[in-house]
Amino acid sequence: MRMRTMEIGVGLFMLLGFLALIVLALNVSGLNLTSKGQGYKVYAHFENIGGLSTRARVSMSGVHIGEVTSIRLDPDLLMAEVEMEIRPEFNFLSVDSSAQILTSGLLGQQYIGIVPGGDDESLRDGSFIYDTQSALVLEDLIGRFLFNQVSE
Amino acid sequence: MIDRIQRLGHKTLSKVAAFGRSGLILMHALVARPQPLVMLPLLIKQIYFVGVLSLVIIVVSGLFIGMVLGLQGYTIMVDYGSEQAVGQMVALSLLRELAPVVTALLFAGRAGSALTAEIGLMKATEQLASLEMIGVDPLRRIIAPRFWAGFICLPLLSMIFAVVGIWGSSLVAVDWLGIYSGAYWSNMQQAVDFTDDVLNGVVKAVVFGFIVTWVAVYQGYDCIPTSEGISQATTRTVVYSSLAVLGADFILTALMFGDL
Amino acid sequence: MEAETSQAAAPDMLKDIIIDIRELTFSRGERIIFDGVDIAIPRGKVTAIMGPSGSGKTTLLKLIGGQLAPDRGQVLLEGSNISRMGRNELFKARERMGMLFQSGALFTDMSVFDNVAFPLRVHSDLPDAMIRDIVLMKLQAVGLRGAIHLMPAELSGGMARRVALARAIALDPDIVMYDEPFAGQDPIAMGVLVNLIKRLNQALGHSSIIVSHDIQETLSIADYIYILADGRVAAHGTPAMLRDVDSAQVRQFVQGLPDGPVPFHYPAPDFMQDLLGGEIK
Repeated sequence: MRMRTMEIGVGLFMLLGFLALIVLALNVSGLNLTSKGQGYKVYAHFENIGGLSTRARVSMSGVHIGEVTSIRLDPDLLMAEVEMEIRPEFNFLSVDSSAQILTSGLLGQQYIGIVPGGDDESLRDGSFIYDTQSALVLEDLIGRFLFNQVSE
Repeated sequence: MIDRIQRLGHKTLSKVAAFGRSGLILMHALVARPQPLVMLPLLIKQIYFVGVLSLVIIVVSGLFIGMVLGLQGYTIMVDYGSEQAVGQMVALSLLRELAPVVTALLFAGRAGSALTAEIGLMKATEQLASLEMIGVDPLRRIIAPRFWAGFICLPLLSMIFAVVGIWGSSLVAVDWLGIYSGAYWSNMQQAVDFTDDVLNGVVKAVVFGFIVTWVAVYQGYDCIPTSEGISQATTRTVVYSSLAVLGADFILTALMFGDL
Repeated sequence: MEAETSQAAAPDMLKDIIIDIRELTFSRGERIIFDGVDIAIPRGKVTAIMGPSGSGKTTLLKLIGGQLAPDRGQVLLEGSNISRMGRNELFKARERMGMLFQSGALFTDMSVFDNVAFPLRVHSDLPDAMIRDIVLMKLQAVGLRGAIHLMPAELSGGMARRVALARAIALDPDIVMYDEPFAGQDPIAMGVLVNLIKRLNQALGHSSIIVSHDIQETLSIADYIYILADGRVAAHGTPAMLRDVDSAQVRQFVQGLPDGPVPFHYPAPDFMQDLLGGEIK
């Protein structure tokens, strides 16, 4: 009898532990098993990516449609090449879409925002987005602002 | 002077010998022909004592630590207008550091000391010797199940600690201080990586479980079987395992998150 | 010298020997506990090993049980050397030995029933019903069948020792070792134990080894006695022989004199010198 309550207690405890792992996986780290490796890859060159990092969000009109999977420097163009993985259900982005690096909030994380274009043809695996806008770097911004002030 | 050096050398040697003994005990207890039929009930009993009975202290302290983190994070970050990042801060600090470390320290105090005292008392009352005379290896019968129980329980407790802590901080930050819950959770989900943060935290907890139970079991098995010896061994268990956990935490953090 | 005479007087008893200890030397750190000890334990008899505290009586039992290994010499169990045995062999040999520890050493997390059943469960594949019957028989033999469901913490010291005795004889061992069975017992419990040891030895036919310094009780049940002093066998023989042995050491022990060859004082420098000498080193 005593052994039985102990067994039940231990069972519940182990269950609780694994439940905690699942909560951590799904709720806290936002792990989405279905999206891993099933989307299609899209590339874009940026002059300056600022503080963008891998796993950053890719969104369109604020909707999360994918994430940055790798960042490297293109040795020919001398620009940053960003590889993004877009979830398979968003297969209707037109080829003349543009990508910009945005910041969520004043000090928040940087992410890529996609602005749709008008072409009938859609982006496919391996496509490039040509129309890009680099990250906003605070020093550049201040410099430009001062320059404008002077030129006025 | 020479006398002092001699004593130092003697002390060092006996420490090295003790370390070797603890390694032998560990090996002997773990490298054994598995006997699931005998082991399983013993293991369940030990998980009950070591894990289930530690649950209350883990949940309560997890809750309070999470709430404190939420409150402190809010008051600091509200000055920069980025109070939404509280979720991210709390989740990362809990998962990477606080959950495994604090759980291990509480575990050392709650379960580790009890393990040492129990085994020490068994030694003092000749129960270990009598097991040997009956023809049962006390290392396998007494030490091994306790060891495995600690090894299994600490990661589970640490994950429960993290979940309760995150829930506690959301209670403070979202429900009381009024941070928008969508921003709180999405910020957290964006910042937390499953392998980098969650799994690394679990790995830490596994290592700490190993350290704490090893120290506890060794101190119990090797103690001087008198009431004074047992009380000293119990104190040593808490001190040594806490220090070892903190030291190992630095090494693991450097390996996992530092660019070494 | 008296050793030879006593050996000659009891040859029939020492013909059939179950444990033969030869030239045993054992030391702990600097302290020499045994220095060439020869002891023969006759089969089916009660052999007592006596000596003042600190003469290594418990250590001797541990050496017989193979929990310690001698520095030199041999402990032979029916001709095979215990300290040379491999693990499995040693555990097999231990199945033939039962040991009653000084504190009883009952497993505190098990009931009386489970304690007595423990060796049976470990070493046999008997069905539960049979184990139950054997446990009941053993507990009946020590008069504690009624305590079967109690936990060790609920037993008195004497009862705990009797339960431990039931556990020690659970596997019907060939040898039962008693470590200070009478120490710290009230006179009634002591009488019960004396009786029990004698009766069990006669009924079950095992060889008993009693380590004790309770002279009267031990003399009353032992068939043969060894007296240890200074790491050697000071004398041995039947109780009757020992009573009129002509050695000062033995007489001091048997008659319980406070001072004699075993000095009242622990070795120390001269008393006056110490008093005048100032600090303690």
